[in-house]
Amino acid sequence: MQAFQYASPTTVQEALDHLSSTWGEVDVLAGGTDLLSLMKERIHTPNKVVGLRGIKELRGISKSGNNLRIGATVTVQELADNSQIQKQYPALAQAAAGIHSPQMRSMGTVAGDLLQRPRCWYFRRGMGLLAKSDGKSLIPTGENRYHAILGNKGPAYFVNASSLAPALVALGAKVKVVSKSGSREVEIEKLYRAPAGDSERELDLKPDELVTEILIPASGARSATYEVRERQLLDWPLTTASVVLEMSGNTVKSARVVMGHVAPMPWRSSQAEQALAGKTVSEDVAMAAGKAAVAAATPLSQNKYKVQLASVAVKRAVLAAAGRA
Amino acid sequence: MPNFDWPAKEDRSLISTRINRLDGPMKVRGTAKYSYDRNLEGMLYGMLVTSPHPHARITKIDTSAAEKVNGFRGAVLINDVGAELQWTGQEILAVAADTEEHARDAVAAVKIDYEVLPHFVKEEDVTKAGNYVTPADEKLEGEPDAAFSAADTVTHEGYYGCATINHCCLEPHGQVVDWKGDEITVYASTQAVGRIGADLAKNLSTDPAMGQVSPSNVVILTPVMGGGFGAKFAIDTWGIACAKLSKQTGRPVKLMLEREEEQLMAGARPSFYGNIKAAAKKDGTLTGYQSETWSTGGPSPRGAPPLPYVFDKEAYKTRHINIATHTGPSRAWRAPNHPQAAVLTMCALTDLAAKLEMDPVSFFKKNLGLTARPEVYSAQIDKAAELIDWKGKFHKPGENGSGYTRRGVGLSIHTWGGRPHDSQCRVTIEPDGKVAATLGSQDLGPGLRTVVGIVLAETMGLPLSQVTVNIGDSRYPPSGASGGSTSTGGVSSSTRRGAVLALDELKGVVAADLGVAAEELEAKDGTIRVKANPSKSLSWSEACRKLGSKTISQLGEQPMRDGGKLADQGVGGVQMADVSVDIETGIVKINKMVAVQDIGLVINLKTAESQVYGALIMGICWALWEERVYDEVTGQMLNPDMEFYKLAGIGDIGELVVHMDTYTYDDRGVIGLGEPPAVSPGAAISNAVFNALGVRVPVVPMTPDKVLAALEKKGGMA
Repeated sequence: MQAFQYASPTTVQEALDHLSSTWGEVDVLAGGTDLLSLMKERIHTPNKVVGLRGIKELRGISKSGNNLRIGATVTVQELADNSQIQKQYPALAQAAAGIHSPQMRSMGTVAGDLLQRPRCWYFRRGMGLLAKSDGKSLIPTGENRYHAILGNKGPAYFVNASSLAPALVALGAKVKVVSKSGSREVEIEKLYRAPAGDSERELDLKPDELVTEILIPASGARSATYEVRERQLLDWPLTTASVVLEMSGNTVKSARVVMGHVAPMPWRSSQAEQALAGKTVSEDVAMAAGKAAVAAATPLSQNKYKVQLASVAVKRAVLAAAGRA
Repeated sequence: MPNFDWPAKEDRSLISTRINRLDGPMKVRGTAKYSYDRNLEGMLYGMLVTSPHPHARITKIDTSAAEKVNGFRGAVLINDVGAELQWTGQEILAVAADTEEHARDAVAAVKIDYEVLPHFVKEEDVTKAGNYVTPADEKLEGEPDAAFSAADTVTHEGYYGCATINHCCLEPHGQVVDWKGDEITVYASTQAVGRIGADLAKNLSTDPAMGQVSPSNVVILTPVMGGGFGAKFAIDTWGIACAKLSKQTGRPVKLMLEREEEQLMAGARPSFYGNIKAAAKKDGTLTGYQSETWSTGGPSPRGAPPLPYVFDKEAYKTRHINIATHTGPSRAWRAPNHPQAAVLTMCALTDLAAKLEMDPVSFFKKNLGLTARPEVYSAQIDKAAELIDWKGKFHKPGENGSGYTRRGVGLSIHTWGGRPHDSQCRVTIEPDGKVAATLGSQDLGPGLRTVVGIVLAETMGLPLSQVTVNIGDSRYPPSGASGGSTSTGGVSSSTRRGAVLALDELKGVVAADLGVAAEELEAKDGTIRVKANPSKSLSWSEACRKLGSKTISQLGEQPMRDGGKLADQGVGGVQMADVSVDIETGIVKINKMVAVQDIGLVINLKTAESQVYGALIMGICWALWEERVYDEVTGQMLNPDMEFYKLAGIGDIGELVVHMDTYTYDDRGVIGLGEPPAVSPGAAISNAVFNALGVRVPVVPMTPDKVLAALEKKGGMA
C-alpha cells in the first residue's frame, strides 16, 4: 500500500473540502471492503483517503417525504435487517442477504456496494479497466467466463459488481450526490456508464462529488431478486435478476426487470418488461420474459452459458415476485 | 525378548477410540505458535521480488533505489542477470526491511530489465502444444488390440480430464530465520523437520559470504504448521534467501509468502487430460483399456498417471506425453497423480457400464478380480452402498426427477501404499513418574502429536493426560518427512517400541518388590501389577519412585533391527457421491458423500475420520470449482487469490459420512491415511453428475459452463 494522508471529517461539508477534481488523487473510505484491497494491490494509489465513519448525517434509514432514505454509510447488514425494507422492498433485502459473508455485510456500506470497482480479473491484476494489450482488449477472446454478455460492444467488457444496484434500479431508486457547487439527484439507472478510455470511471460521478443517500420511492409493488451462484460461501453471483411487478389483481400492470453481472452496468430489459405487461404470471410467461431479457445478448468466446443463466435468473425472479416460486 | 505386538482389541483402552487432539485447545485459542506467528526481538521482514513475465531473461538488476527506501536493511539475489525465468512469480531476489510496509516499498523500488521471451501456458488443447511436447511414458500389457476387436465386445471411448489445481495451504510457505553466531534457528512451516536443515546448510555452503555451515549448526523448529499437502518438503529459495538476509543484517528475518505468491509458485497439482478407451464382454467382464494422456507440471514434468487405475490386470496400453508450460511448477499433492488417474479410469469405466446397461456397482464388483485386493473392495462397496442408499438412489443415467433438479449417485475406488517411514523415538520415564516421547517428526495435519501420545499412554497403562509428546524439533531423534502417508505408521511403530523397551526396564526394577519375574507384570489403569493377581500392584508413581535417581531412556526404532512389523502398506478405499444438478443453471450441489477406508489398525478413530472429512472437502473443491486460470496472450494467472480461485465453504459440502474399517484389518498394523481418501472424490462426484444427467461432463471442475455445454451436446436440458 502506498503511503497516504488520512482525513476523518465529521460533516459532509468538511469531507467535500478534502476531495479532488482529478480521479485517483483522493479515495473515499466507508467500509473499506473494496478500497483496501485496491490499495494493497496498488490498483488505487491515492495521496489521501477520506474516512466517512465520523459523519453522522450519512447514517440511518428513515422516511423522507414519499421516499425511504437510506444513508450512504448504512451497512449491508442494517439494510438486510430492516423490517420495512424486508416488507416493502423484498428484492432489496434479498439482494443484501445474497452477500453471503457476515463480515462483508457488517463492514460493507450501501453506497460502497453501489460504487465498488469491477471485479474483472484483468483489472484486478493491474492490466487496466479495459484490459488492453497492444491497443486491443484481451477480453473478447481471453478468459471471459465471468464477463459481459450485454452492452459488450467494447471497449468495456467487465460486469458491474454491485449486489444492490439491480434491485435499486428495479425499484426506481435515486442517489443524492453533493459537491461544493451544490447537490443533485441521479437515478441509479443513470449512475453507471461504460468508460471509453482507461482513465475514465464507470460511474456518472465527478471525483469531487460524494454520494450521501439513497432514496427509494414508496411502492406497493411486489418484488424479488434471484441470484445464480456457484457456491453458498461468499461468492460473486454469475448472474442476478431483480424484478418489480406492479399488479392489478392477478395481472401485471407494469414490470421493471433488471439483471446484474451481465453488463458494465445493471441491465434493464424493456423487452422483458413488455413481455410481462398485461399478463398473468405463469411459468410460461416468466420463461418468455427470461428469453426476452437475453434476446439481444452477444456472448463472448467463453460466456455463452451466462445467457442461459441470466434468462433463468429473470424467470425465477419473476415467479418469486409473483409469489409463485 | 520384548513383545512389541499391538495390544489385542480387548486390552486397548485408547487405541481405536475417538480422542480429541492434544493440541486442539491451543489451536482454537490461538496460543499455538505457527511460523507466521513468530515475532522475535529486532526481527526484520523479508519479501520477494518476482518475475512479472511468464518467460523472460534478466538483462539488468538495479537495487540502488530500493536501498534508499526507508527501513531497507538488506537484499540477496536468487536469480542473477542472464537467468531465464520460466513462470510468472519466479523468485529473483529478496529484500529485508524494518516492517512489512517498508519491505513492500523496497520491492516496488527494485528495477529489473528483461528480455521477454515467447510463452506457452495452456495445455488442454494438445494440438497447440507444438515443441512443448515430450513423450514421457508408454506401457503395454497383454494384447489390448485383440481385446478391443474381439467378438461380442462392447467398447467405450471418451475424453476426460482434470485441470491444474493449487495446494492452497492455509499457512503459506515460509519461515523465520534467526542466525546468531554459528547457530541458525529456523522456525519453518515444513513437513520435513529432519531434512531441511541439511538442505539449508548445503545451499548456504555454496555461497562464500556465508562461510562453512554444517547441518549440525541448523535447528529447525515446527511445533505446529498450517498445512502442506506435499508442497512443503524443501527449504526452497525463499528459505535460503531468508537465512542469508539474517546473516547479512545480523537480525532475525521473517519471510512468509503472500497469498498471491503462494498461488503463483509454491505448489500445483499437474493437470491430466486424455482419450480413454475401455472394452468389456457383454457379461461385463473388463477386457481392455487404452489411454492417450497428456499433462503439464509447469516447466518440468511430474510423471505419468498410474493407468489403468486399480483395475489393472486386464490387457492395456497407455501412452503419456508431457507438456512444458510457463506456469508455476508442480509439487506433490495428496496421492500424487492418483486423483487424476481415478478420474481417467473410474469415469470411463462408469460410462462403459452405462453402455453395457449395467449398474456401475455391479460392474465394478464383477471386475474386482482385476484389482490387488478384491475382498477389501467388495466389502467396502457393499458398506458404502448401504450408507448412501445406492439401491434406492441409483437409476439409469439421466432417467429421473422432474422440474429442474436431477439427482444421481456415483462411485470410485482407490489405493495407496503408505509404507512407514524410518523413525526413532526416545521414550523416557522419570523417577517422579513423568513419561515422555520425543521424536523429530512434525504434525502435517493428521493429529500426529495425539497419535504418539495415544501409543505411549496405551503402552504405559496411563491416561493420555499423563504423558508428554515432544515433536517438531530437528534436534530430537530423527523421523522421516511427512509425505506419502508414511508418518502415522512410522511414528506409532517407533513410539510403541521405545515405550515397550522403557516399560520393560521399569518392570525389571520393580519386579523384586512385587515378588514376581518382570514378564509376569503388566501396566494397566495407572499401575504396574501382577497379571495373574492384579491386586498385587504398585501405583505408577510408586513404581517410578523405585528408580531412585535414574531416568529410564529407551530408543524405539522403525524399522526395528529384528525385522518385527507393527506397520504396513497398501490400502483400499471406496467413495460414493450423491448430487443434485440444476439443469437450468448447471449448478451442482453435493447432497452427501460416503467414504469407506481401510488403514489397518486405527490409532485414533477421531483424527482418522477428520482426515477423511478433509480429503472429501478438498475433493469437492476440485470436482466443482478449483482451477488455475491463465490468460493465453499475457501468460498471467488471473486468479492467484481466494476470490476467483474457488474453494468450498461450509454450506457447499453437504453431508459427509466416513466409515473407517476399524477392527477389520488390525492384524496388518498401522498404515498412513493422508493420501488415499483424497483420491476418489472427483471421480465419484463426476460419476454422480453423469448418473443425474445421462451425459458426461468430461473435465473437472464441473463448473456451470461445462455442465450446460454437456447438456446442450446431449440435445438440451435433461
